[in-house]
Amino acid sequence: MSERLIPAWSLTLEAAGSIAIPAEWPDRVTKEWAIGDATGESVDVCILDSGVDGDHPLVGGIDSAVAVTLEGEITSIVPDEVGDVCGHGTACAGIVRSLAPACRLHSVRVLGEGNTGSADLILGGLRYAIEQGFEVVNLSLSTTKRKFAELLHELADDAYFRGTVLVASAHNMPVESYPWRFSSVISVGSHEGNDSWEWYANPEPPVEFFARGIDLDVAWSGGGTLRCTGNSFAAPHIAGLSALVLSKHPGLTPFQLKSVLYLTASNTGGSK
Amino acid sequence: MTDGSSYREAVAAGMLPSEESHRALLQSIVDVARSIFDAKASSIMLLDTATDELVFEAVSGEGEGDLVGMRFPSSTGIAGWVLVTGQPIVIDDLQQDPRFAREAAERTGYVPRGLMAVPLVNGENTLGVLQVLDRSENRAFSLGEIDLLILFANQAAIGLDLMQTARRARAVAERGEGGEAVVARIAALLERSEDDVAALRLLEALEGVLSRLAS
Repeated sequence: MSERLIPAWSLTLEAAGSIAIPAEWPDRVTKEWAIGDATGESVDVCILDSGVDGDHPLVGGIDSAVAVTLEGEITSIVPDEVGDVCGHGTACAGIVRSLAPACRLHSVRVLGEGNTGSADLILGGLRYAIEQGFEVVNLSLSTTKRKFAELLHELADDAYFRGTVLVASAHNMPVESYPWRFSSVISVGSHEGNDSWEWYANPEPPVEFFARGIDLDVAWSGGGTLRCTGNSFAAPHIAGLSALVLSKHPGLTPFQLKSVLYLTASNTGGSK
Repeated sequence: MTDGSSYREAVAAGMLPSEESHRALLQSIVDVARSIFDAKASSIMLLDTATDELVFEAVSGEGEGDLVGMRFPSSTGIAGWVLVTGQPIVIDDLQQDPRFAREAAERTGYVPRGLMAVPLVNGENTLGVLQVLDRSENRAFSLGEIDLLILFANQAAIGLDLMQTARRARAVAERGEGGEAVVARIAALLERSEDDVAALRLLEALEGVLSRLAS
């Protein structure tokens, strides 16, 4: 009989001992346990968006920047020579940096090549981000195209099992859109408060968490800040908080991370 | 060889309201949006899929009369971001964004302080972007306000979809040749005719012949 240290599809009684997972969970998971004194150090956070202005003082530098280009239906990854084509990616990077100051930021630009083919660009960018093994990927975007839903779903599940957390902003419109609806991602809507350190778990998904998304002063390409509102700003809050949890507790799976965020939300009792 | 839908579009084209009445619908949408939010301006930009550009289709307030027909890239700037990502956004001090301020000044001569932008989504398709510029400062911003904009955008998207369907149908009719054009012309003549009893009797006979041929 061959020795099988990590069972794939089943587990024999003899093998059960070989997959013991060291459990260092406290009796009660609190915010202090989850992120107290955490800085996001050694965690790679990817901003899949309009590009990032790495020189912006509120972004404080980025570790890599690529752009996705499209020829026909073939996407390629090239070094990003353009930067932020809107300003939004810089805003997301600034929010993540404000929460997780020591994390490594990476920009994957999927805008700027026209609207036609934008779903291909998003898929290409996401595939690259997962291949790079970034621990957290912020997706302040969605697509309504059904034909891309299945591919996105496969990528989201792939990320989930490889240990990449996808944080996606929920679509607050009466339309079917993706990837935020998938259970393998963390979906985020806005709460009306003004505390970036406060988040809520939603007992009625598909939106799973609410984070700050209203009246935020965010970094914008060009060096200044703009006061902005939208779920697209709530998602990077959860992305930044995820980086904090992962820097303090490396190796948590997306399932475990989501559980920690749930247990430490302001409405679940672990918010101290 | 045509698919069946082009004949149906041809019939529709013969009976459609004019381009002007659809434009009036879009104008009414931006006028109402401007009024709801007590704003300086409101506009609808439509995605031209042939050129992959955003085009101003209707404007109320600042820029009215000058902007309709103006085009710009579909995936850059704030409207491009909204179109591609499908996410609504509200920005309150836009004049701080040097690139936006410069581009807005060059395009429209008007640099708003604030902007609400929401995608116009109908089913799977994002058709364009609805913008509301410089809403009243007396209105406290709330999540309810963006929900209202989104509800309203949904209505605008339906209007836009109707207009685009009509344009496609008209294009079929205006091709001037082929079966669809003939059908469209007959439908249009019937629509305008005051005494169509004899014509309808003839068409019913034709329908009988076609039914036998098809069976």
